[in-house]
Amino acid sequence: MLVFILQRVLNAVMVMLAVALLAFLIFQFAGDPVAQLANEQMSQADRDALRERLGLNDGFVTQYLRFVVNAAQGNFGISYRNGQEVLGLIAARFPATMELVLVATALSLLIGIPLGVLTAIHRGRWFSEALQFTSIIGVSLPSFVVGILLILVFSVILGIMPAFGRGEVVQLGWWSTGLLTPSGRLALVLPAISLSLYQITLIMRLVRAEMMEVMRSDFVKFARARGVPRWRIQYIHALKNCLMPVITMTAMNMGALIAFALITETVFQWPGMGMLFIQAVTFIDIPVMAAYLCIISFIFVALNTIVDITYAVIDPRLRHATR
Amino acid sequence: MPSPVSHDSIAVAEPVSPVPLPGRLARFRSSDLWYSFTRKRSAMFAAFALIFLIVTAFSAPLIAPQNTYDPSQLTLLNSEIPPIWEDGGQMPFLLGTDTQGRDMLSAILYGSRVSIVIGIASVILSLGIGLSLGLTAGYFGGFVDNILMRFGDVLLSIPTILIAILVSAVAMQALPPELREVGAGAVLVLAITLSGWVQYARIVRAQTIVERRKEYVQAARLLKVPARRIMVNHILPNTLTPIMVAATLNFGMAILTEATLSFLGIGMPPSQPSLGTLIRFGNQFLFSGVWWVVVFPVVQLCLLVVSVNVLGDWLRDALNPKLR
Repeated sequence: MLVFILQRVLNAVMVMLAVALLAFLIFQFAGDPVAQLANEQMSQADRDALRERLGLNDGFVTQYLRFVVNAAQGNFGISYRNGQEVLGLIAARFPATMELVLVATALSLLIGIPLGVLTAIHRGRWFSEALQFTSIIGVSLPSFVVGILLILVFSVILGIMPAFGRGEVVQLGWWSTGLLTPSGRLALVLPAISLSLYQITLIMRLVRAEMMEVMRSDFVKFARARGVPRWRIQYIHALKNCLMPVITMTAMNMGALIAFALITETVFQWPGMGMLFIQAVTFIDIPVMAAYLCIISFIFVALNTIVDITYAVIDPRLRHATR
Repeated sequence: MPSPVSHDSIAVAEPVSPVPLPGRLARFRSSDLWYSFTRKRSAMFAAFALIFLIVTAFSAPLIAPQNTYDPSQLTLLNSEIPPIWEDGGQMPFLLGTDTQGRDMLSAILYGSRVSIVIGIASVILSLGIGLSLGLTAGYFGGFVDNILMRFGDVLLSIPTILIAILVSAVAMQALPPELREVGAGAVLVLAITLSGWVQYARIVRAQTIVERRKEYVQAARLLKVPARRIMVNHILPNTLTPIMVAATLNFGMAILTEATLSFLGIGMPPSQPSLGTLIRFGNQFLFSGVWWVVVFPVVQLCLLVVSVNVLGDWLRDALNPKLR
């Protein structure tokens, strides 16, 4: 067991080192940082001094190792754009993104699971066929389109929802939350729906497929033979057996959802990490870009590793199969 | 030497003979795939819609009322004309004009062409990279396989949209400024390709590992057929079924990725707008009542992607032996 965990963690560390290498390579490709930082009046000597101070004269491997060591301690340098600490910038935006992602995940579970069960049970009826078709549309609609359409309907035409921003926020220590004020909650509705739509269709399709599988199994037939009420079989016994893959997928998709939030954030002017990243991209603010890449990948890889290990704890067969 | 191995290989190899038989079309018409296609109304509808969209997009220079690449055809006098069925609508602007006097219908036709070309180009390029790397890794195994798959793992641990954004931002920065407008399309193709090839490589690799052990491959090896020939002529045709499905669905994804990048402002420049650029532009006027500037590009983009995805969905079911 311990060997397995160590193996997975080692694997995750290797992947993170490679991601850090990619992030580091961005610095190499995207021009000279001295040219970006220096102003017109600086003399060549000043520029050389700056170059030395930034460590740009060292070898490639030395620079990379320094980048990794600093990144592991949360030091991603200073932003080229406004000279602030990159980690501080991202930390200030982190709660906004996480709130959006968590609410969207909750929404997608609350809506996706019942819809999946319904379409599986009533297969062939018109409304389940209609839902199935709608789910293809849901997968096909890019999330920025969903956001624009929601804004058009609910903010422009009906005028009942705010179209941008986070509303009022309350500071809880370093975490700023919009969940405690009415305007904050209202502002969260449209972005959360538009972010969760894709996830809802994924979960709905997954639950449907799993349910159809489980409903054919022997224990369901046995329960029916014993006269257990139909709804009880469907919503309690069968559904319980579908939830494992759903939870796995939700956990694994969380990282992707945080990344995808950058589109939603741009549409709704939501002051999260994603918007910070997009601004950094348009200004070629490389330290912010690199830090965002590392942090998102870290969340992604960490979630995957945790899911893997949890699986091995729950199901001993996996432990032996992989060793 | 009449060994059982070579006998088997002939029996297996015959149905996939690459020689074009005289009645290829007739053979296709009598295939299971065609039958399933004619029975599935949504797939037929999607196919017709897709063909219509592609044909109209590529004949844009012939049928569009206005050449949107030619600034001399735009006049501000014609700006913000609503669609023809609204009050104040004017011929020839069927879908109205935007704030610069650009005819929306023409802009959408030209924009679809850009989107479709970028989508097709990036699917072909990622197919090329994915198939060759996947085949090589699966066939030779060992060190090559390990390196390629590790690299794939790393790419998969970064969300695709992030890879695409980073690649296009960095590549754009690396280009000299005068080439940025012209090279934007190529940069986008590169960005989408780099974020999409791993999927093909994985599918082909898995399939190749299975096929490699089969008798027909062993027979070919005994006959000293060169490895490249075995991979391309013998193994590749047997991996194409899942690849076809993945390529269709990826075409839709590629169009979406391109639209997203352009919407975020790191894709096609305003001088040669794709559908995403048009939506980005229209989005700025969402609150000023000129809804047609954003709604029509959105509708066109959705039609395009939905019809591709419906086709892909059908193809996946039709080619899945379990569901037959």
